[in-house]
Amino acid sequence: MKMFKNSKTVAVLIAAFLLFALGASDVLAANAEPKQKNIILATTTSTQDSGLLDVLIPIFEKETGYFVKTIAVGSGQAMAMGQKGEADVLLVHSPDAEKKFMEAGNGVNRRLVMHNDFIIVGPSADPAKIKGLKSSAEALKTIAKAGALFSSRGDNSGTHAKEKALWKQTGITPAGQKWYQETGLGMGQTLNVASEKKGYTLADRGTYLALKKNLGLDVLVEGDAALLNIYHVIEINGTKWPKVNAAGGRAFADFMVSKKTQGIIKTFGVDKFGSPLFFPDAGKKVEDLGK
Amino acid sequence: MELIVQGIVKAFELLLSFDPEVLGITWLSLKISGTATFISLFFGVSIGTAVALTTFPGKRLVISLINTGMGLPPVVVGLFVTIMIWRSGPLGFLEILYTPYAMIIAQAIIATPIVMGISLASIQNLPPNLRLQILALGASRMQMVWVLIKESKLPLLAAVMAGFGGVISEVGASIMVGGNIKGYSRVLTTATVMETGKGNFDIAIALGIILLILAFLVNLLLTHVQQRQRLR
Repeated sequence: MKMFKNSKTVAVLIAAFLLFALGASDVLAANAEPKQKNIILATTTSTQDSGLLDVLIPIFEKETGYFVKTIAVGSGQAMAMGQKGEADVLLVHSPDAEKKFMEAGNGVNRRLVMHNDFIIVGPSADPAKIKGLKSSAEALKTIAKAGALFSSRGDNSGTHAKEKALWKQTGITPAGQKWYQETGLGMGQTLNVASEKKGYTLADRGTYLALKKNLGLDVLVEGDAALLNIYHVIEINGTKWPKVNAAGGRAFADFMVSKKTQGIIKTFGVDKFGSPLFFPDAGKKVEDLGK
Repeated sequence: MELIVQGIVKAFELLLSFDPEVLGITWLSLKISGTATFISLFFGVSIGTAVALTTFPGKRLVISLINTGMGLPPVVVGLFVTIMIWRSGPLGFLEILYTPYAMIIAQAIIATPIVMGISLASIQNLPPNLRLQILALGASRMQMVWVLIKESKLPLLAAVMAGFGGVISEVGASIMVGGNIKGYSRVLTTATVMETGKGNFDIAIALGIILLILAFLVNLLLTHVQQRQRLR
């Protein structure tokens, strides 16, 4: 019996199948590179959303022949991946959690890469009157006292960790308060939520600058030493997890602190935002930052 | 409103300028979701038909499970696949996490119950005497199954469309198992999420429009095949 009545139908189906078979073979080819060539970089959304990694990674790949798989998540999740040996190298900004991570023997060789700063942003009407306050803790206290809406990341990211540390300084427990909302979203989306609801939030300057054009938020508090946002690169301990690409992780970490890369970081964003988004710090000590 | 207009303008700019990155992302979306749909078609139609044509104890329970699977949350599938294939997982030796492969697997898992459920219902919907009639005409068992599948061509093509539509528009699993890696595992949906996060709403809207155009073209092709059979 005839399988198909219409030869055109057969032609269409075969064409469609070939199209996908062809596509699948492309996918196969893309994966055929030697496996130790792959490096999994777990990092924060801010380094990707700012566009910095889009500039740096192609240079690194060209120089070394490695293929970098950038997984942009919060710092908390990035370290959770490192803790299980599911990443080879981390680029994160949550110093207190990083220290614990190192003490547990999960990483080797934690090196300072760069910093920028956090800012407290809010509606230009500034209902809690925090504009111009020098201390970030003081500003949060004022917001709490006024009961003005505050949007928190609530996602264990580096920014969220910083925010929790600042609340701790104030002695206030914001969780569960009516004026305190946790979005559980990335920085960009949290800024949008704060803007729509006319609330305050803590943001990294890079993401704020990148999104500023669509936001109804002003920078209200900045320049406090407690608001430094410090990025470290951490190689994952290859002796603890044999599957980790330790050589690749080391190569990437070396690249991040190299003179050439630090030079690129220094000028990144100047053409687009008029000021750099990150300040290179390789070889410096954390205590000397922001002076 | 202005933003939506900007987005539409941007979509055509990106399409007409043949922006290599956007073309690459679009092509990869089609490849991954197309391959996943083909895999789901194989498992979905065969198991769906088998369940429809046999009787066994607990059949209703199995059908309920398949129908529940039609609403499988992609993000749960993503989580499950991630745990299976990461380095410390049972299938870790494959080293396929954060690759297009992993995305195909996750999407195939999402699409299979959809295809299976619709195949099952469409075969069951055929007149029960048809089977006896075909067998009486001297057809072998395989020939009988083939005729039944052909008889339900219309709903089966609808199953393909539903399966493909489900996975091409899915983001939760793709971002978890694919990682949204530039030029490697970034597809239209994951790129839309990222551009939204970056505040590039015009590009995000543009990517959304390209996704809709792509889904429309694929469905147009399938509908064409489906309805031509109908008119004969």
